[in-house]
Amino acid sequence: MIDKSVREERPVMSEPQKIQPSSLADVAASKFEKQDNVSAAYGSGLDARNIYAWFGKYLAVSDMSIYFAAGTVTALIGPSGCGKSTFIRTLNRMHEFIPGAAMSGEVFLHGKDIYTSGIDVTKIRLKIGMVFQKPNPFPSMSIGENVLAGIKLAQLKVPNKNELMQDCLERAGLWSEVKDRLNQPGGSLSGGQQQRLCIARSLAVNPDVLLMDEPCSALDPGSTLKIEETIGELAKTMAVIIVTHNMQQAARVSDYTAFLLSEGGPGKLIEFAPTREIFGRPKDIRTENYVTGRFG
Amino acid sequence: MSLNEILDQVRDLPPPRILSNKPRFSDRIFRGIVTLGGFTSLLILGLISLFLLYRGFSALRTEGFGFITKYEWVSSINSDGTEGEAASTYGVGAMLVGTIITAIIALLIGAPVAILAAIYLAFYAPIRTRKFLVSVVDLMAAFPSILFGLWGLNVLMDQGIYVAELLNKYLGWIPIFQVPVPVFLRSPFIAGLVLAIMIIPIVTAVSREIFAQTPLDRIQAAYALGATKWAMIKTVAIPYGYSGVVGGAMLGLGRAMGETVAVFTVLNIVYRANFDILLGAGGNLASHIILKFGEASSEEIKALMAAGFVLFLLTLAVNLLADFIVARTGKRGK
Amino acid sequence: MVPVSNEIEVKPKQPWKPTQKEINTNIGIFILNILVTLSLIQFTGFSGKLAFVVLFILFSLSTNFLFSLYKGGTVLAKNSLATGFAFTGISLLLMPVISILGTVIKRGTEAMYIGFFTTDMSDDGFSSALDVGGIKHAVIGSVIMVTIALLFSVPIGILTALYLTELKGRGSTLIRFLVQAMSGIPSIVAGLFIYSALITGSGRGFSGFMGALALTILMIPTVARTSEEVLKLIPSDLREAGLALGATQWRTVAMVVIPAAKSGLITAAILGVARIAGETAPLLFTTGGADAVNTNPLDGNIGSVPFYVWKALIDGSPNAIARAWAGIFLLMIIVLSLFIVARKIGSPKKVRS
Repeated sequence: MIDKSVREERPVMSEPQKIQPSSLADVAASKFEKQDNVSAAYGSGLDARNIYAWFGKYLAVSDMSIYFAAGTVTALIGPSGCGKSTFIRTLNRMHEFIPGAAMSGEVFLHGKDIYTSGIDVTKIRLKIGMVFQKPNPFPSMSIGENVLAGIKLAQLKVPNKNELMQDCLERAGLWSEVKDRLNQPGGSLSGGQQQRLCIARSLAVNPDVLLMDEPCSALDPGSTLKIEETIGELAKTMAVIIVTHNMQQAARVSDYTAFLLSEGGPGKLIEFAPTREIFGRPKDIRTENYVTGRFG
Repeated sequence: MSLNEILDQVRDLPPPRILSNKPRFSDRIFRGIVTLGGFTSLLILGLISLFLLYRGFSALRTEGFGFITKYEWVSSINSDGTEGEAASTYGVGAMLVGTIITAIIALLIGAPVAILAAIYLAFYAPIRTRKFLVSVVDLMAAFPSILFGLWGLNVLMDQGIYVAELLNKYLGWIPIFQVPVPVFLRSPFIAGLVLAIMIIPIVTAVSREIFAQTPLDRIQAAYALGATKWAMIKTVAIPYGYSGVVGGAMLGLGRAMGETVAVFTVLNIVYRANFDILLGAGGNLASHIILKFGEASSEEIKALMAAGFVLFLLTLAVNLLADFIVARTGKRGK
Repeated sequence: MVPVSNEIEVKPKQPWKPTQKEINTNIGIFILNILVTLSLIQFTGFSGKLAFVVLFILFSLSTNFLFSLYKGGTVLAKNSLATGFAFTGISLLLMPVISILGTVIKRGTEAMYIGFFTTDMSDDGFSSALDVGGIKHAVIGSVIMVTIALLFSVPIGILTALYLTELKGRGSTLIRFLVQAMSGIPSIVAGLFIYSALITGSGRGFSGFMGALALTILMIPTVARTSEEVLKLIPSDLREAGLALGATQWRTVAMVVIPAAKSGLITAAILGVARIAGETAPLLFTTGGADAVNTNPLDGNIGSVPFYVWKALIDGSPNAIARAWAGIFLLMIIVLSLFIVARKIGSPKKVRS
């Protein structure tokens, strides 16, 4: 077993992908032991059933069903083009912005299908937040305004805006770094800080689910580590779903891991299991090949 | 590290090699020709200002600064056709006022329509509809101005008079909507209306292009935060495109200031500074030049050239400023 | 053994599209708005098409606003108001276009008859009966002047574009700025310039060549800007491939870049022609506008289609106005076909094949 300090010293980004499967499994196991007492006490989570997604005639995701429990972190891994991003975009109805897009299946939030006709889609996106690959703070707003952007956009009423701003920045692990310059533009921060600002921005509208689409792929190892710590904090109160190319990251932060693969056709769910099982004793040979670095 | 140590290090470095890139003879000729071609626009703009200034210089020298401030344009020609020395005086002040008034009316009516249309095209229109409508806007920009004049005179005039009468009836207490005599035909207001329609395509095209460049990741960020389409446009697209749209509107202003044939057709050209925009009399610099050109004496021709010079400088200034603003917006997108 | 597929057929759906019920509601509201507006016009003093349009827009905006306020609160109501405004903007843009094209089609054929394209106006005035006289001289004059303008402006425009894209010289920013500024020059200034530089005080009179020069000034910016767009789309690895083979820059441009951009450059020329075909003001100061055929561009007054329309417009009699519309009809057909041809050849954005 590798203890925490050793893990932190490892240069995350420069590490080649081929690593011993046992070490990843150990990482996952250590995390699992710490959070063993996870329960579904924070709401009902997000339940995706039989999701298909098309771009025009092209089927990108086929028959994907995953239950994302509240209070857990789920990692989606798989080679490029396996439909990970497309899948999580169906979860907060961002998929429909692509012209010609179509889908099938249901996504239940608190027992209600978010694709029910007549539903107010903006309220859905308030409950299911999203953090993107590239940090994208609004350049016309200050750091503080960025955090409260969602409040302004949806015209929500909050009792104390400053308190909320501080709370969100603290949870995103950014408060101490920016508390003296909340009035500076959001673009003045470093890349990693900008990404944490985007996380704080998502938290301000109090979502039940947070989708993260490769949130660290544009960041340096130090920033990546800070965001991973943040993710661990967030998972105490919501369901976090993270798409990542970095298997170590999946092993470090997630409770459950879903492995997706396209094999020439649409992306399919190959295996969904607790993270330590995916990296320790995967049931599917394709999963094993992938996590041991034999392909992908 | 002290300065001397740095200097020592520098001394130790080998001298940099000079990367020579001497073009071959044929390439030097090629570059010469292309550069010459490239600078033609500079040459033409220079020649335009030079010749108009040269031909109009005597009028400008006689009138001085008064050429652009005086509200008088009198050309005295004796009964035998020779020019009398006495009372000729040339000042384009009144027409300058007319130019600005009609262009501002055009901008106030045309720009909001154009910007809303651009927002529709950039954010609301389905792809096929958008492609079709963008072609329509391009086509509209290529309508000859004489067509706008003819249509304005034959079709729009009646509707324009109707609106003018309503404005005068209900808003007549505002000074600019007063008329000393109820003549609503061929007024600056109607000329402004025609100009508004003429500048809509260019303002729409520029604004749409700016809005279409709004970074997708910011748009997605807004939607992911539960924004409605309008909230997204207000917080992301408008802050991004604001100055570009202002520049586009100024391009429209420049076009409206220089328009000739359409204004001449729909406006009752009278040399006076008419601030009662609903009254059927007025003019702008360009239409004034056309009106006087046919029967001008050689001395008046010089004054007209000077008027052309003033018009050229005015529109050039407006256009350069507009282009500067638009170019600055274009660069800001990452 | 072949595994039997037990997959059920899954149909793609777009649950975000409005349902039939919602569409029906909207159509219902739309019809209601029309009816209410019509009755409003009956009961108030307002009249005419314009009043209908204005009242209809105001009424539709407010009903949509109230309906969505009732259904989803202020946030959605503001959104629907914005949507309404966007639709209003595009409708107000389209209304004059439809009105203009409709009027051109309606009135454009009044003065057309068999001999319209085969006679000139040398024997007839613009107010004479509509079965005499024609536009032949104007068409010939326009073709001559546009051709000369093409010969001047296409090389200059393309050279300008090459300077901006291939040489990227130190003056690029300045030149790009000036070309942009040149496209905003009032057309009357181009005419005045040619008049002041080449006609007045020189002893030379009006001629087709002078008109063509004025048109050239207006055409250069269009050709240069469109060509620049086209050349920018040529992938730079194409150029590098040429240079890597040891070709000189000029050979690379002549043998690789220009051929690759050919269709786009033709489009640029066509759009330039569409820009100047209907220009009137510069010709008033340079061509004199003859009523008879003149095939010599270097000497004497020459007619042109825009000048023909102008003369008819100034005449002002009903027959003359009918002639003006006929001239405009011809111009519009030319401009429209140029546009269609330009699209067929390939818009600049599709050059990369």
